[in-house]
Amino acid sequence: MDKNMTDLARRNFFGKAAAAAGLAVAPGVMLYEVQARPADQAASSKVRWGMLIDTTKCNDCNECVTACQTENGWGAGSDNEQKSSDRQKAQWIRKVKLTDKQTGHVQSLPLMCQHCETPPCVDVCPTGASMKRADGIVLVDKHICIGCRYCMMACPYKARSFIHEDLHNQKVVAPRGKGTVESCTMCVHRVDKDGTPACVEACTKADRNAMVFGDLNDPNSTISMRLKEFGGEQIRADLGLNTGVRYQGL
Amino acid sequence: MLLRQLSKRILVTAGLLMVLPFSINADEQAGPVEVPKARAKATQEFGCVAPVEEMRKSHMQKLLHKRDKTLREGVRTKDISLAECIDCHVTKDEKTGAMPSFGDDKHFCSSCHNYAAVKVDCFQCHNDKPENQNYKHSLTDNPLKAHHKDLALNVEASKKSLNKETLDVVTSGGSK
Amino acid sequence: MKNVQYLEIEGNSKGYLALLGFLGLIILGALGAFYYMEHNGHWVSNMDNQIVWGTPHVFAVFLIVAASGALNVASISSVFNKTAYKPLAPLSGLLALALLAGGLMVLVLDLGHPDRLIVAMTYYNFKSIFAWNIILYNGFFAIVAVYLWMTMDRTMAKYKKAAGITAFLWRIILTTGTGSIFGFLVARQGYDAAIMAPMFIIMSFSFGLAIFMLVLMASYNWTGRPLGDALVKRLKNLLGVFVAAVLYFVMAYHLTNLYATEHHGVEAFILRDGGVYTQLFWFGQIIMGSLVPLALLYGPTGSNRKMIGLASVLIILGGLIQMYIIIIGGQAYPLEMFPGKEVSSSFFDGIVNVYSPSAPEFFLGLGGIGVALIAVALGVKVLKFLPTSLADEDVDPHHK
Repeated sequence: MDKNMTDLARRNFFGKAAAAAGLAVAPGVMLYEVQARPADQAASSKVRWGMLIDTTKCNDCNECVTACQTENGWGAGSDNEQKSSDRQKAQWIRKVKLTDKQTGHVQSLPLMCQHCETPPCVDVCPTGASMKRADGIVLVDKHICIGCRYCMMACPYKARSFIHEDLHNQKVVAPRGKGTVESCTMCVHRVDKDGTPACVEACTKADRNAMVFGDLNDPNSTISMRLKEFGGEQIRADLGLNTGVRYQGL
Repeated sequence: MLLRQLSKRILVTAGLLMVLPFSINADEQAGPVEVPKARAKATQEFGCVAPVEEMRKSHMQKLLHKRDKTLREGVRTKDISLAECIDCHVTKDEKTGAMPSFGDDKHFCSSCHNYAAVKVDCFQCHNDKPENQNYKHSLTDNPLKAHHKDLALNVEASKKSLNKETLDVVTSGGSK
Repeated sequence: MKNVQYLEIEGNSKGYLALLGFLGLIILGALGAFYYMEHNGHWVSNMDNQIVWGTPHVFAVFLIVAASGALNVASISSVFNKTAYKPLAPLSGLLALALLAGGLMVLVLDLGHPDRLIVAMTYYNFKSIFAWNIILYNGFFAIVAVYLWMTMDRTMAKYKKAAGITAFLWRIILTTGTGSIFGFLVARQGYDAAIMAPMFIIMSFSFGLAIFMLVLMASYNWTGRPLGDALVKRLKNLLGVFVAAVLYFVMAYHLTNLYATEHHGVEAFILRDGGVYTQLFWFGQIIMGSLVPLALLYGPTGSNRKMIGLASVLIILGGLIQMYIIIIGGQAYPLEMFPGKEVSSSFFDGIVNVYSPSAPEFFLGLGGIGVALIAVALGVKVLKFLPTSLADEDVDPHHK
């Protein structure tokens, strides 16, 4: 009997010790997944950033658009572009309303640069200003953009905008200027500091939870696991662009 | 003999007249440009990017190289970050208290670029002023308490002890 | 056949100076329009984020396409050995260079950052057909200049054929590249078609020759030099063939699209429901730009130079309209992102985009034509581009 009690005590002790050890190690295990890239290290193709949007949760909400405007300083997020007509004003992201002609079913979804794996905009840019970073984020290098707007002709999602007038007071994180083309950067300035895009953050804050951001190359990331379970369609999938932005409920 | 004296006098006067314009450099400015002072002065201990002469000569090369590293590769060190340069160097006009825009002689970059007539188009896209323009220079407050968490000159974050030169700078707020 | 003599035009008549003055005014207008757009930004134009390329591009692409076609006459003589066209080769080369210069000027001046032209010439993305076009256009200048040298300098006559073949091949590649600017775009219903490249080639034949005919007849008429009917007849018959060929390609393009349900939307837009675009297509491009000129060229009016001139003008106008429909009509029709759905958004998705040419755009585009014509007008005065006589007995190898 005594031996049994001792054994039990020993077992208890080991159990607790193991739990304690596990608890000590666990943060390290979880942190490993979201370890921030040091500032002096370049982006790598080991990671591929992507977004998954559940369109069934979107409805008439506009949080993502407002957040992007505030973060990046366009539209209602700045007092710029006063001279441009509504059709000339830049839009990095917009809500699109779909009504099925046959069934009458109504959907709503946010549409921004889809960060394709084989972006047509990158293919057509004569100077290479339209580029895809190693980690999959598609950007415009406005230093060498000559403003020819060929990328705007080529984009299947009409994601790009041209700046039609002088700008001032730009956000430090989002330089933008007359005569160059721009589009959603997936908040690359946030992503590089281990953050999430403003639209995703706003959607989560507003408790709608329609948008997920993460590493598509990591099979254990939230986005990858959700994609595996619920699937994620591309807009204009037939073009074979393998977009980084995927949609549920299309 | 008279001619010799006269020509000597002419030569001396001409010489003096030729030197006179250079008296404009009598104060310690490097040239005819009045470059606005930065918000904080670099010291031996918390050095800034590079010595002044090197920066004057090659700041564009450094910026052109770094912009590709930041944009195309995602390297965001504060080393030659344009935003960091502007944060420190673009300051309110001492007399008027207004924050100058690029193009104004009181703006750090255009103070030289206007004089040299070298056009740069950085500020067509980049903001030419520090993000926090209401930064107030207080006598009691540590003027180097930056809104950037990891600015090297943030004295409070650093637990090191300071050398005298740095101490002078941080208590005087960078002014002479 | 007698030896053809080339001579500069006198170029000191009131009419000539008036022409230079008029073209100079057009160019000034274009420069003013450019300054206005570049200084203020494109908000002063009617181009926006939906209609991205506007009237300047219509003019520019038209001129560039016509430029390569204008070299046709020279190619026919040097590559295909039709001796009757040999005296026309220098003018053909000059016109080709002039039209290309005019077109490129408009294209460059419309850029968002024309000050970065040097960037465009030093940073190349070789997957971009645009980047290839920059190389092809610059190369065209060099190659045609060399070809003109070989043609006009008797001591270099033995290299003329090689230069001519090079120029011919280069311009085929160039125009293929220009057509592919649109043909390579998967995004839009009106583009993404392999036929765009060969269609642009045949369009270049038609527009280039029409402009050449006008320039030829005008310069001989206004300088009082003889231009024989035999040559004019050959050229106008060739022009008619090219117009008919363009009509064939247009038909092939639309018939193919009409067969695929997927493309019914854009076809209905161009052919029936597109308002101004439909009217421009049927009345402008087909009737005025193709059918009427064919009748004028091959009908009883075919020997009347005034009617031939009119046909050429109609072909040019029809060509500009065709470019307008391709470039602007192609953008006006919305992107097909969600088939079977009605789409609406704050960014003008799902609707036909509105556009009308604005004054600065129009004057900038017109300036391209001004530059091209003034280059020809000055060229024929400065160098020996024009034969002293193109009368039948002087050029026609079969004339008795």
